[in-house]
Amino acid sequence: MKQIIKNGFVINPAQGFSGKADILINYGVIERVAENINDYDAKVIDAENMIVAPGLVDLHVHFREPGYEHKENILTGSRSAAKGGVTTVLCMPNTNPPIDNAALVEYVINRGKKAGLINVLTTGCVTKGQKGEELTEMAELKESGAVAFSDDGRPVSSSGIMRRALQYANMIDMPIMDHCEDLSLVDNGSMNDGFTSTYLGLRGIPKSAESAAVSRDILLAEELGAKLHICHISTKNSIEAVRAAKARGARITAETAPHYFALTDKACDGFNTNAKMNPPLRDDEDVEAIISALADGTIDAIATDHAPHHSDDKRIEFEKAANGIVGLETSLSLGITYLAKTGRLSMMQLIEKMSTKPAEIINCGRGTLNVGAPADIVIFDENEKYTVDASSFASKGKNTPFNNMELYGRVHRTITGGKTVFSL
Amino acid sequence: MKHLLGIKGLTTEEIIEILDRAERMKHEVLEGGKKDNLLSGKSVITLFYENSTRTRLSFELASKYLGATAANITASGSSVEKGETLEDTGKTIDEMGADAVIVRHASSGAPHMLSNYTNASVINAGDGMNEHPTQALLDFMTMREKYGSFEGLKVSIIGDVKHSRVARSNIYGLTKLGAEVVLCAPTTLMPAEIERLNVEVTTDADYAAHNADVIMGLRIQLERQKSGLFPSVREYHKLFGIDSRRLALAKKDAIVMHPGPVNRGVELSADVADGPQSVIGGQVTNGVCVRMAVLDMLTGGNK
Repeated sequence: MKQIIKNGFVINPAQGFSGKADILINYGVIERVAENINDYDAKVIDAENMIVAPGLVDLHVHFREPGYEHKENILTGSRSAAKGGVTTVLCMPNTNPPIDNAALVEYVINRGKKAGLINVLTTGCVTKGQKGEELTEMAELKESGAVAFSDDGRPVSSSGIMRRALQYANMIDMPIMDHCEDLSLVDNGSMNDGFTSTYLGLRGIPKSAESAAVSRDILLAEELGAKLHICHISTKNSIEAVRAAKARGARITAETAPHYFALTDKACDGFNTNAKMNPPLRDDEDVEAIISALADGTIDAIATDHAPHHSDDKRIEFEKAANGIVGLETSLSLGITYLAKTGRLSMMQLIEKMSTKPAEIINCGRGTLNVGAPADIVIFDENEKYTVDASSFASKGKNTPFNNMELYGRVHRTITGGKTVFSL
Repeated sequence: MKHLLGIKGLTTEEIIEILDRAERMKHEVLEGGKKDNLLSGKSVITLFYENSTRTRLSFELASKYLGATAANITASGSSVEKGETLEDTGKTIDEMGADAVIVRHASSGAPHMLSNYTNASVINAGDGMNEHPTQALLDFMTMREKYGSFEGLKVSIIGDVKHSRVARSNIYGLTKLGAEVVLCAPTTLMPAEIERLNVEVTTDADYAAHNADVIMGLRIQLERQKSGLFPSVREYHKLFGIDSRRLALAKKDAIVMHPGPVNRGVELSADVADGPQSVIGGQVTNGVCVRMAVLDMLTGGNK
């Protein structure tokens, strides 16, 4: 079955191409990219005035299955991704039970296939039960389909265990995706330590709780020549540590999330639990550092940390409320609004951070519009303005600080492997 | 005014109005012996998720002096212990037709949240490290009784500012009223960027005491020593305790305040706590007056 996406403005960071072109898809694979393709057997998808880009690859989502299906499941998470133009996600393993054995890795992958909308990939735990004590059977997790290891949500506290994990993962050429947090510095804090925490009377989390852990793990990975990916980076000093490590040639990559460049801790005012996340929202200086680091390549990827919660987990006291926000249905718009429209990143750079680079980090063979690649494609109108309406999210989670905000950039169609999985 | 969630949200005029009303309450109800029925037919519930003796008793007496029906809920022994959410507790209280709910909670912002789920007036009796508005109001009343106004008063607040809701409420009010506020604490007990609230910050208690009109000690929880926030009670008292030598640095007729309960020999030396400049007893009396005034204002018994 053939399809042609006609008249769109194609952006393919993998080849540095941007321009008017048509794309011919045959049996789920990109067969040709050229001007004016005509094929009378093909179904035509009109993309006039639209950008046609590789489907987004999100390295950091929580689909909550198994164990917390009241918050999200793999089907609803997949629908949410499709709506946001995301065609590949990487699930974090902090489910219940945590994904620390081969059977659970296969379970998640199979559930993703059964949902049949997007590519659902998964990490496996670094340590059994995410307890930070014994390593998981990493080689077997890899064989079952895990593409990286992470104890996301819980840091590996012991430097010794972390070092061995990096060493072992390196043997099988797998990256560790690191949730960097020194819990002794967090000290029961529930938001960034600064004027707003003082003003609200909430315990603050110093920035060093993240940057000290980032620095430690960079030093460990660098010494071993191991691959380390820093998750949801949020502070200026963490970024400086990554920048310096990259300059020394360490195999470090890093991601940030849209809320870290779109919001500051001021969003917590009024005890807004939808602005509570971990790491916490920081301040203006950090936002600026993140945007600069995205522009200069220090930060490789934008991932959502899509963290759906039930309203029961958020309609409670701020200090008791769950951390995290949903992100899949707003990430592209936030990138367009806060990075592209402001001129800080080109559209090519934005797509690179949201698709091409993250795909490279986990080596999944996607994130491109190259001939021969799977036809994972997002079609969007960068200039269309709309108002975020959380109640209409496909995700079970409605927990977003962006509700009612006006954003640029609307996804019109999402295609995974040649199949349209969302259209407006 | 529907709720009293904090001093933060009050205008200077509103603060003055409460203080004026509290003074009238003092003369008419407390001193005049006139048991008023301003709030007869009204029901007031105290919902305390944290232990308290004086604040709770003070609110209860204030309600009863004005003729309201007062009922108590404590966290232990209630549905809270069975895992009921604040939202559900609020709705339940509402269904029973309470006019005012006085809430104390360990989490900052809990009263704000409760106010979204109830028709009753919510009065914050202390939330986490955020605010304790009636305590600050009684402090203001006590200062005004002594000095008549706040303009140019030097008020030095010494102690665990970081964890103190009393300090925050005092700062919000005093800076609005025109007083000069100096905060003094060990660096480990001073919250981040608090100088942005237009206060002076120091770690030198002698400097803080110097020329002060009001010296307010804040209670320090002795358990905090164990988490490394200060090395010993002995060193704390030496550096930050208010003793007669330090008090002598203040203005001659300066007053000494403390929200209580006092750790004697820690925040205040015994001779200072019991001495002629201490107004701690008067603060407690004024607490009842301020709470009568607030209840009266919010539940509309003054018609």
